[in-house]
Formats: sequence, structure tokens, C-alpha cells
Amino acid sequence: MAKLDRSDVQKVADLARLRLTEAEEIAFTTQLSSILDYFEQLSNLDTENVEPTTRAIELSNIVRADELQPTVDPAIMLQEAPEPEGEFFRVPQILGGEA
Amino acid sequence: MPSIRELHKQLVRKERSAVEITTEALARIEALEPKLHSFLHITAEAAIAQAEQVDAKIAAGEQIGLLAGVPIAIKDNLCTTGIPTTCGSRILENFVPPYDSTVTRKLKEAGAVMVGKTNLDEFAMGSSTENSGYGRTCNPWDLERVPGGSSGGSAAAVAGRQCPIALGSDTGGSIRQPASLCGVVGMKPTYGLVSRFGLVAYASSLDQIGPFARSVEDAAILLEAIAGHDPNDSTSLKVEIPNYANLLRPNFRPKSRLRIGIIKETFGSGLETVVEEAVKKAIEVLQELGAEIQVISCPRFDYGLPAYYIIAPSEASANLARYDAVKYGIRAEAADNLLDMYKNTRAQGFGTEVKRRIMLGTYALSAGYYDAYYLKAQKVRTLIKQDFDAAFEKVDILVSPTSPSTAFKAGDKTDDPLTMYLSDLMTIPVNLAGLPALSIPCGFDENGLPIGMQLIGKVLREDILFQVAHAYEQSTEWHLQAPNLLTS
Repeated sequence: MAKLDRSDVQKVADLARLRLTEAEEIAFTTQLSSILDYFEQLSNLDTENVEPTTRAIELSNIVRADELQPTVDPAIMLQEAPEPEGEFFRVPQILGGEA
Repeated sequence: MPSIRELHKQLVRKERSAVEITTEALARIEALEPKLHSFLHITAEAAIAQAEQVDAKIAAGEQIGLLAGVPIAIKDNLCTTGIPTTCGSRILENFVPPYDSTVTRKLKEAGAVMVGKTNLDEFAMGSSTENSGYGRTCNPWDLERVPGGSSGGSAAAVAGRQCPIALGSDTGGSIRQPASLCGVVGMKPTYGLVSRFGLVAYASSLDQIGPFARSVEDAAILLEAIAGHDPNDSTSLKVEIPNYANLLRPNFRPKSRLRIGIIKETFGSGLETVVEEAVKKAIEVLQELGAEIQVISCPRFDYGLPAYYIIAPSEASANLARYDAVKYGIRAEAADNLLDMYKNTRAQGFGTEVKRRIMLGTYALSAGYYDAYYLKAQKVRTLIKQDFDAAFEKVDILVSPTSPSTAFKAGDKTDDPLTMYLSDLMTIPVNLAGLPALSIPCGFDENGLPIGMQLIGKVLREDILFQVAHAYEQSTEWHLQAPNLLTS
């Protein structure tokens, strides 16, 4: 019945950049499995020759003139950053870590 | 609380000032917030300042628009310059947008007075407003019960007469379902009619902004003010916006015989008897008004729910990747590398339902599962659209209950996500097809809880929906009932 086990949940959490608690891992394993079971009913529908719909109302090639427009002042944008430094966003070490 | 047109009359006749109207709304909000918790932020100072500007215009003899001086509440997933926009999430608890969404900019220019930002399920993911990171909103008709969701704060604010109108957003029913559970009018417009610029994205191919009001006319006036093409949203449609409210004359009757289709699949099992009876009675009223009624089958209607819960979480998992603790929002303490910073921040900032949907979407899009889930769901979306297209060959509008039940008790559905998802069974297919739809009050159950009827229209035929809903409203009195909040 259950499609997912805990190691699947851990793998997906890693892809999603989430750190789950043990309790969350256990709950999600059961809940996501039963939701996936619920999705099974879609296989009742024959979609062999059906085109997918990506958007409700079709639009294509939305273009605009390449003209400069005023945007928000970078200094104001930087005020929202958790750790701004000068004109930059400061982040922890990128190279040499677990990635 | 008066309608928009009445408020406008009072202002231009100088019977009341915009500051007086705003002060009264703010007092009502303050009095009821301990009971309802509709709001996350109340913007009293900015509201008074905006009202003073409207009064100055009136004093100078300038013409003012219908919305000038009218108090309005805004769902807290719409960006507002200088005013916190949390999306009901702890991850954005310190976020103050440096720009306005197109809809709030338009409202400001129209002179509308924003009184505050309303509570919601975190990132608009939920059907009860219990998923808010800042506590639940209570249903004004019964404080033990949920107001629906995700725009539960906006619905409760209008139902509780804290303000006459509000904005919400609707991805799978998040305007119509709370409107139904709170006994007010709520509309989701055609996808692309209203710009999504500045609406914090949940599922971009489904999200639409729309109005809450106590009457169809007020909803029509508000939609007209926010609709229209916007170069900042490449999915917004280049269409003329009709003067919706002017189409609503007192004794409107459809010119040619209006054809209404009852969606057969929405009257099946799982529907509360009292809801079924109320909607059937409402359909009889529409028939008496001259509409021709027939039963229509949309055979794939019920597949909307599983398709939605693949498509929406998939889009959400991509949209919510932006919460990376770099440019805005919170950052968890003490991470010594980038990956830990992402993971710790997202673990701390997101609530359970948001995590669940990110997990679901990430899984559905992951290697090896894409065809089985995401692609399959998009193909089913095509089939659902085809059913609507076929139905609209035979009828002008479709009708169904908005929600299979009236407002449920807080905590009743929080343990089982699937049960909660089922409350959107009747609203979701509409988003998948991009159609306009509204919910209008059509009765009460034995506990005095409101019941809503959903009217679904053809693409860009909001005008017909408003006309039919208005005609129904004029021949019934459901919309005039108000919850008894101050004495209870």
C-alpha cells in the first residue's frame, strides 16, 4: 500500500532543501503515501492522445520594447536582506561544504 | 454597514467624511479582533492619512471615484509598500515589501482606504485558515468554527462588518469557499483578467486575485477597479473591462432566455443534505426569474481534485524555492555552509502544510515520476477543460454548491490532509480551466451557518455571472443577514 518509505522521504526532503524532524518524517511517510494512493484514480482516465494543458488561457510570445524602466533602488532592496554587506548579500561559505 | 454606492453618496453630499467612515471601520475592527482575528496588521495611521486626502479632494470640489474613501481589507499575500506582507508565514515575518502589487496600487489611486492586511493559510495553502503561522481566524457566525480558507481573514472581515469589501486570492477555491462558509459574495475572475504582479506566488498557472463583498454590486465595482492588462504580468489579458456595476439594474431580466446547467457530478455523495436542498431551492428561484434549467454532466469533474494536488504543489515547490534566506525573510542562526542555511531556515520558517506540499511537488517533479504524475495531471487538466467547453455549448452558466458542507469546527480536519483537501472538490476544476466563478449566499443550515451557491461562467463572461447573481440576490434576503457578534 505505502508507496514511500522513510528513506524516500529523506531523499525528497534533501532535494527540496528541507530539514525534517523525525516526527515530520514519520508523519509525511504515511500521509504522502496515502495522497499518492489517492492520485492512483487518475490512471482510470485514458490520456494516450491528450495534449497537456500548461496554462488555462493560451497566450504566446508576449514581448515588450527593450526600454529602461525605473526599478526599486538597490539600497532599499538590500534593507530586506538578512545579512547585507555594502552592495552585496552575504552568505555562509559556499565551497568545501557538504555540497 | 452601507454599500459602496451609499458610502459614495454620503461622501459627495458631505453627510459624512472619509475620516469618519474610516474611524468607524477601525473602531469596529478593534472591537471584534479579539473574537475574529481577521487581521495580521491593522494600518490605522495610513488609513486615516488616505481618508484625509479623499476629504481634501471633496472639500476642493474635485470629483471622486466610487471607491474613494471606502475601507478595504487586503489579503496578506499581496505586496504593500512599507507595510508588512507575511503570507501568514514565519519565514516572511520581517518582510516589508519595497513595492506595491498592481491591485493595491490601483486601489490606492482610486482613493480606497486600506485598513489592514488579513490572515490566511500560510502561502494560501489551506481551506480553513488554520495553517496560518499567526493563529487561526474564527468564523463570525460561530467562533468555534473555521471561516474557510485560504482567504479566511478577508471573508471574516467582510462577514463581520469590519469593512465593506476585501481582496483575496483563489488558486483552488480560496475566495469562493471562505465566501460560502462566511455568507458573503466572493469571486474568482477569469485567469488573466486581474494582474498577479505583487501577489506572492503559490501556483502561478492557477492563482487569481478577486473581490469579497456583501453584495454582488459591491463585488462588481471592486473587480472593475482591479481588472485590466498589466505589462508587469505577462499572463494578463489585453481585453476591454466592462463597466460591470452599470449592468446591474434593479429589475434585471436576461434579454434572451438564459440557459443554466446544473453540474450533475456535484450533487453526488459527500454533499450535506441541507446544502443540497438550499442550492436546489436557489435554482428554482433562478428558474422563476426566467432561466431555462437543465442537468449537465462534466464526467471528469471529480478528477480535478487529484490533478490539482499534483499541479499546484509542483508549481509551489518551484515557487517557494525562492525562500533561501539570502535576499529577504528570516535566516536561521548559525549555519556554517550554504546548504545548512537553506535547510535550517526553511525548517524553521515553513509550517507543516507548506512543507507537505513542497514535498509532494518535489516528489511529483523528480526524475522518474514526472510522466506518471505531473504530465498525467496536465493531460487530465485538458480533459476537464474539454468537459467545460462541451457544457458551455449547451448553457450560458453552470451552477453547483460552492462547498460540500457548511463551516466545520476548528481542528476537525487538521489531522488528515486528504479530508481537508476534499473541501475544495467543487471549486478546483474551475481554476484548472481558468474560468470565472462566484459564490453567493443561498441559505442557512440548522445551526445558522451560511450556505453558498457557485455560479461558473464562460471565459471573460464575468458580466453574465454578476447579472444572474444580482437578479438572484434581489429576489432573496440571505445577503442581508448578519452574524450577531457584539452581543454574543
